[in-house]
Amino acid sequence: MKSDWEVVIGLEIHTQLATESKIFSGASTAYGADANSQACLVDLGYPGVLPVLNGEVVRMAASFGLAVNATVAQRSIFARKNYFYPDLPKGYQISQYELPIVENGEMMIRDEAGNEIRIGITRAHLEEDAGKSVHEGFGNATGIDLNRAGTPLLEIVSEPDLRSAKQAIAYMRKIHSIVRYLEISDGNMQEGSFRCDANVSVRPRGQEELGTRAELKNLNSFRFIEKAINFEIDRQIEILEDGGEVLQETRLYDSVKDETRSMRSKEEANDYRYFPDPDLLPVELDEEFIEAVRKALPELPDAKLARFVDQYKLKSADAEILTHSRALADYFEVVAGNSNTEPQIAANWVIGELSAALNKESIDIGDSKIEAAALAGLLDRIADSTISGKIAKEVFEAMWAGEGTADDVIEAKGLKQITDSSAIEGIVDAVIQANPGQAAEYRGGKDKLLGFFVGQVMKETGGKANPGQVNEILKKKLSDS
Amino acid sequence: MGQDTAALHARSLSELSRGLNEGEFTSRELTESLLQRIDDHQEQLNAFITVTADHALQRADAADKARANGDTGTLNGLPIVHKDLFCTKGVLTTCGSHILGNFVSPYDATVVERINAAGAVMLGKTNMDEFAMGSSNETSYYGPVTNPWNEKLSPGGSSGGSAAAVAARVVPAATGTDTGGSIRQPAALTGTVGLKPTYGRVSRYGMVAFASSLDQAGVITRSAEDAALLLGVMAGYDRRDSTSVDHPVPDYVAALSKPVKGLKIGIVRQHFDEGLDAGCEERIKVALSALKDQGATLIEVDLPNIDLSVPTYYVVAPAECSSNLSRFDGVRFGHRSDNPEDILDLYCRSRGEGFGAEVQRRVMTGTYVLSAGYYDAYYLKAQKVRQLISQDFKKAFANVDVIAGPTAPTTAFAIGEKTDDPITMYLNDIYTIGANLAGLPGVSVPCGFADGLPVGLQLVGPHFAEETILACAHQYQQLTDWHTQGPEDFS
Amino acid sequence: MSLTKDQVQHIATLARLKLADAEFDDVVDKLSRIVEFVDQLQAAPTDDVLPMAHPLNMTQRLRADEITEPNERDEVQKNAPQVENGYYLVPKVIE
Repeated sequence: MKSDWEVVIGLEIHTQLATESKIFSGASTAYGADANSQACLVDLGYPGVLPVLNGEVVRMAASFGLAVNATVAQRSIFARKNYFYPDLPKGYQISQYELPIVENGEMMIRDEAGNEIRIGITRAHLEEDAGKSVHEGFGNATGIDLNRAGTPLLEIVSEPDLRSAKQAIAYMRKIHSIVRYLEISDGNMQEGSFRCDANVSVRPRGQEELGTRAELKNLNSFRFIEKAINFEIDRQIEILEDGGEVLQETRLYDSVKDETRSMRSKEEANDYRYFPDPDLLPVELDEEFIEAVRKALPELPDAKLARFVDQYKLKSADAEILTHSRALADYFEVVAGNSNTEPQIAANWVIGELSAALNKESIDIGDSKIEAAALAGLLDRIADSTISGKIAKEVFEAMWAGEGTADDVIEAKGLKQITDSSAIEGIVDAVIQANPGQAAEYRGGKDKLLGFFVGQVMKETGGKANPGQVNEILKKKLSDS
Repeated sequence: MGQDTAALHARSLSELSRGLNEGEFTSRELTESLLQRIDDHQEQLNAFITVTADHALQRADAADKARANGDTGTLNGLPIVHKDLFCTKGVLTTCGSHILGNFVSPYDATVVERINAAGAVMLGKTNMDEFAMGSSNETSYYGPVTNPWNEKLSPGGSSGGSAAAVAARVVPAATGTDTGGSIRQPAALTGTVGLKPTYGRVSRYGMVAFASSLDQAGVITRSAEDAALLLGVMAGYDRRDSTSVDHPVPDYVAALSKPVKGLKIGIVRQHFDEGLDAGCEERIKVALSALKDQGATLIEVDLPNIDLSVPTYYVVAPAECSSNLSRFDGVRFGHRSDNPEDILDLYCRSRGEGFGAEVQRRVMTGTYVLSAGYYDAYYLKAQKVRQLISQDFKKAFANVDVIAGPTAPTTAFAIGEKTDDPITMYLNDIYTIGANLAGLPGVSVPCGFADGLPVGLQLVGPHFAEETILACAHQYQQLTDWHTQGPEDFS
Repeated sequence: MSLTKDQVQHIATLARLKLADAEFDDVVDKLSRIVEFVDQLQAAPTDDVLPMAHPLNMTQRLRADEITEPNERDEVQKNAPQVENGYYLVPKVIE
């Protein structure tokens, strides 16, 4: 039975660091260039060339370490991981082994019950990315593009503290958020700048010893990761319940078939023969350097969330959504800061209308067609009753389409709310007169019909009558007589 | 010494420089003359893998023009040859191997760049043990180099081609590399001067890596003065090499005049044991005596772990090279086997066909000592012993300025004599390896003959003490004329 | 310590070296001699000694994050055994 088993998951996240040039050479890291047009002699592993460390990656790794309460090593070493593969030009990857730059961090996430749990981060280390192998389009050959070779990676390894696919996703999302907050990575999963491998095992509930784990690779979206992990959990439980043994192996996730399958091993025996890279020297960071990095840290998601709840009196769930991305949080604050409206209302609009509009066009907040200050202007017009909330949605759409500010649109479309009581009374009278049957039924006790009358008045006024006043006047007039 | 009337090929770089500046001959004439000599002796010596005649003549003409315009760069118009381990742009760079038999380098090594910038004229790329792995120049894919003193004998290695070319007066100077003695030992066996600088003194960028923490670029010349001249051009910080040291480059030539009087010379007890040939030992002792007569003090020093230097080296160097040579896989450059069945076949056959036996042995040794279960016992252990050996040197240098002794245990040996047992060959480096492990500068100078064959005296100094060892070498060369004596067939 | 044939074959595979059958025994013999030779190190007194990775006490210099290398693909690929549309070709690799 599934509940007899406990799931143990550890995640290894590789995030590409957003530097201009590569970790060990001065070639560009820009995505999407012609094959091998950004692979210099160092990246190609030519005879005689040597690696020189990009200082920016050290700063970025240190800022990540501080953001997850980890120790930033004052001395760390690069090591060679030796294996043969065509997208690995030197026949070894420069990575870190015994002395990584970051160790012993942590991340708080919420479990399914909403409780806060702590996920340990064993280490984070720097390494270089490999190139790409293209298996289609070359007949009986594979084409190798080494543009990506040498792009800096930060490998973040969690303790096996995760207990479900959902927790794994929560952890991953948080790490994703942090690296984007720190501006050390663009976290673009489609482009491969944020990749995840999952180590999954199961053990009988109550057992301390870990079960045999399988490593899942090729997980490039949050959705796929969740499905892959869940498939794998079921697969392992089924094997064990049948009395079999889980093999320690690497498995790929097939998103089309929604299954994991065994991967042909890259190396017969994974003997990487790690040793300190003799072309590179120990990286030494002093207190001053680490403190400077600490001072330059931006407000991190958790702190920002707490502040939003405290400062803006937002609902916690809303604050969480807003602080997922620094850009979105910043946008919200500009709106809230520039508008007289309650911040919660600003939050509702950002999370609601604005996010829907962004999603519809699959664009990011950075490409929003309505600037934060402009949205603030729209909210002010609701707050000062120039327009109703419902009309505001119409205005929003027009603003999104580029028709100008809220005032421009209200002016151009004549959307100002009707608040003149006598004007409303006139229309109410006409509507009551036109619908005597319903008026009688209302007076006879059918209260629900108020909605019908409100609707009719709104229709007559093109939706511009102030709903509050309409309600009040209708009630009064329907009750009289 | 009076006006130079010696034949062009017999003159040192300094002498040639004077001749060019005084208009006695042009760089063109000099270059043509040496190219002819190279050609005349190539069959016997096999010192060259590539001769860059056209390129050299172009450079020589350019140098003559520059001189006419007042450009008297340090090496303007002077001839140089580079060990084929240095990448030279647009020129075949084989590293003595079949796997790079078709490799035309797209860039110049820093050493080559600097020497070019000083105005030198490159005449060719010299033969060497494959990937610098060897002590006799017998592992080269391009055939062995013969010793100009006796063509049945090896000139030593791995910079055998450079040493033979200089000893045969075919060129006055050549670059070399030294990982375990590959400059100093062939210099000793050919009666030339061989200088290995401090680790990090000269850039390794463009010098194809054998053992990264041991490799250093250096020179083979006929005088300490020429070595000082070249070192001044080659040395200095290079941002493209992380292991390059940002240490000021002194005027090595000016420093040569420092007298030997007062110099404290350490004699290593462990050097003078049954491993050292008697004839060599005698020459060394005479040389040391001569220095003592000039006012140096001879002090016995102890390097208690020095006997472990060869086994230490043969763990560390193969380990590093096994990784450094993984890039030779037939994918992006170099030899690729025909019709590979799959990627595994491509790798195994390209490398199996492309690398010679010694290289394969060292790659496998290195793979073994780094492999799971053996790393601690071999690689880690060797690194600790390396620390011990370095500490021994440090302690010794607290009491002495240089350590002097034999460069090699014997004079030149016969080609084919030591190839059966790898260990026998490895023991040729018994006196030189320590300096590589500790990163110390060392120079070998000719100090006489034993059975008609040259013997070398080695001087090793603390880190960045090139001035000290070169000055001592130069002063020794004021007292003696061993360095002016060349093989008769090549006079 | 002598190496077995299996050990040598394993090492050769890790190192991606195809050894000629005719020379295999000789390779085993020579490698064994080398390993025996370096076994001398076992007796060395290295308790409390730190391993030395570099002969000089240096730390890694950091480089500025700047693009300094232009695209020289065509020049560089003159050395390539097999290229197509800028890609290096190898026999098809199945993952």
